[in-house]
Amino acid sequence: MSAPAASPFAIETRALNLWYGSFQALKGVTVGIRHGQITSLIGPSGCGKTTLLRCFNRVNERYGEVRTTGDIEVLGRNIYAADVSLIELRRSVGMVFQRPNPLPLTVYENVVFALRLHTPGRQLTRPTLDEAVERALTETGLWKDLKDRLRTRATDLQLEQQQKLCIARLLPLRPDVILMDEPCSALDVEGTRAIEDLMAELRGRYTIVIVTHSMAQARRVSDECIFMLLGELVEHRRTAELFLVPQDRRTAEYIEGRYG
Amino acid sequence: MRTDAQPRVAAGPDGRPPFAETAYGRRKLRQESAARAVFLAMTLLMVAPLVAIVAHLVVEAWPALSLEFLLDVPRNRMTEGGIWSALVGTIYLVAISLAVAAPIGVLAAVYLNEYAKDTWFNRIINLAVINLAGVPSIVHALFGLGAFVYAARFGFSVMAASLTLAIMTLPVIIASTREALAAVPTAFREACWNVGASRWQTIRGVVLPNSISGILTGIILQVSRAAGETAPVMFTGAVLYKAVERGSLFPYYLDDQCMALSMHLYVLTTQVPNVAHAIPYATAVVLLGSVLLVNAAAIGLRVWLRNRKRW
Repeated sequence: MSAPAASPFAIETRALNLWYGSFQALKGVTVGIRHGQITSLIGPSGCGKTTLLRCFNRVNERYGEVRTTGDIEVLGRNIYAADVSLIELRRSVGMVFQRPNPLPLTVYENVVFALRLHTPGRQLTRPTLDEAVERALTETGLWKDLKDRLRTRATDLQLEQQQKLCIARLLPLRPDVILMDEPCSALDVEGTRAIEDLMAELRGRYTIVIVTHSMAQARRVSDECIFMLLGELVEHRRTAELFLVPQDRRTAEYIEGRYG
Repeated sequence: MRTDAQPRVAAGPDGRPPFAETAYGRRKLRQESAARAVFLAMTLLMVAPLVAIVAHLVVEAWPALSLEFLLDVPRNRMTEGGIWSALVGTIYLVAISLAVAAPIGVLAAVYLNEYAKDTWFNRIINLAVINLAGVPSIVHALFGLGAFVYAARFGFSVMAASLTLAIMTLPVIIASTREALAAVPTAFREACWNVGASRWQTIRGVVLPNSISGILTGIILQVSRAAGETAPVMFTGAVLYKAVERGSLFPYYLDDQCMALSMHLYVLTTQVPNVAHAIPYATAVVLLGSVLLVNAAAIGLRVWLRNRKRW
């Protein structure tokens, strides 16, 4: 959208280090994540993949004391620059979580929640809101099922619908990047398939970064894949290549299932 | 790996059938029932005095209890009549003290829980809140006397007594509110952070609506505590006797002294000769009854609000 044409990357980090207290969770991570593609982050528990994901909209800072060094650029802009508004950053870089976390409001109010946060009340007319809801729910494939149930509580929906709704509520903000932290791990096979299909739908319009515990899922959904271990980025390549001809011995052993 | 696996015979090494009871097993069962009996006995031991007190009070108070007793003022040097002057005084004191303490307490708790970082300064504030909640009421009374009656020049008055009660209830309201706020799932906050909500938007939109039942319950429970305390009001604004019209809704001004139920009960039992036997008991029943009523209201409110939220 507002990205400079020069860089093929939506997100770039250089020599990114991150400490929780005295524990170093990220060690010299340098990575470029391409526009409009799906990039997966894999690695055993505690390898720093969720931490890295949370760096991209600086939401890490809300979870406690963190210290970072190095650069992160989103859409070519250093997000640690003094004049960067975290609110605007997070508006453009949204996140979806492991457990669907719709707010205890109606479906309708969930979708327009973020819109209300960013717009003075007077500018939000009923037609604007209605249109935003229809557009977001259509884009996530929920409109058909939910158009007559907009007043039901979002927390009463099936898990799969809840998770789609969590994606839908980001869309009225016209985000550039959608971060997903194991978005399918609370869902059954059908739900997982539905979310993966939705990701494929959204591919191209949004840059998607997904953390996953499932190598099979990384293989199915992602264009590029990043393997992390103990806070370091071990290997980052096209997904097909990474699983077929891994260059690093640690990657090879992980995808063979020797550890993890 | 065993290769010579035999079908298991239906007997243990000592010839007993499988799963048969052992001596040690029987001993465990005996301990189990003994433990259960002890816990049950302690529970009954706790309930028994409570039931006995309430029953004794109600039986002794019975002759005096009536609507007239509530609405009438004490008569004939407080040996007859009702308790309206004290009842309405207590309502005043409690209402004003909570009107002051509740907003301050809730907003301070929101700051401590949602904004404050873990610095030494905030740790000291936390420690202060916890310790203030444990300060004996007589100390609050003396503080109220010094601060509100003398230093602030409110004199012995409804105002001074209410503020003293407010100071006393404040730390408990802060603690209970913080608990209610902390019970709101982090997932709701995460949902807000990641769409660019400010902290205040998160609090107003999600945290407060989902913790309001707990916050209100905590506040209402302080009503009964404020109503029951004697020392803080005795030192700052409650008096032995004040002439009031029967059933009058506005008998006291803020700078008046007033009567209060807890103080009235103390006075009836220690200072007034020849008082009708049932009157102190009836006063105690009214005090106890209003406390129970308020607590029941708190529980009812909590149940009602909880049924409306589902997560």
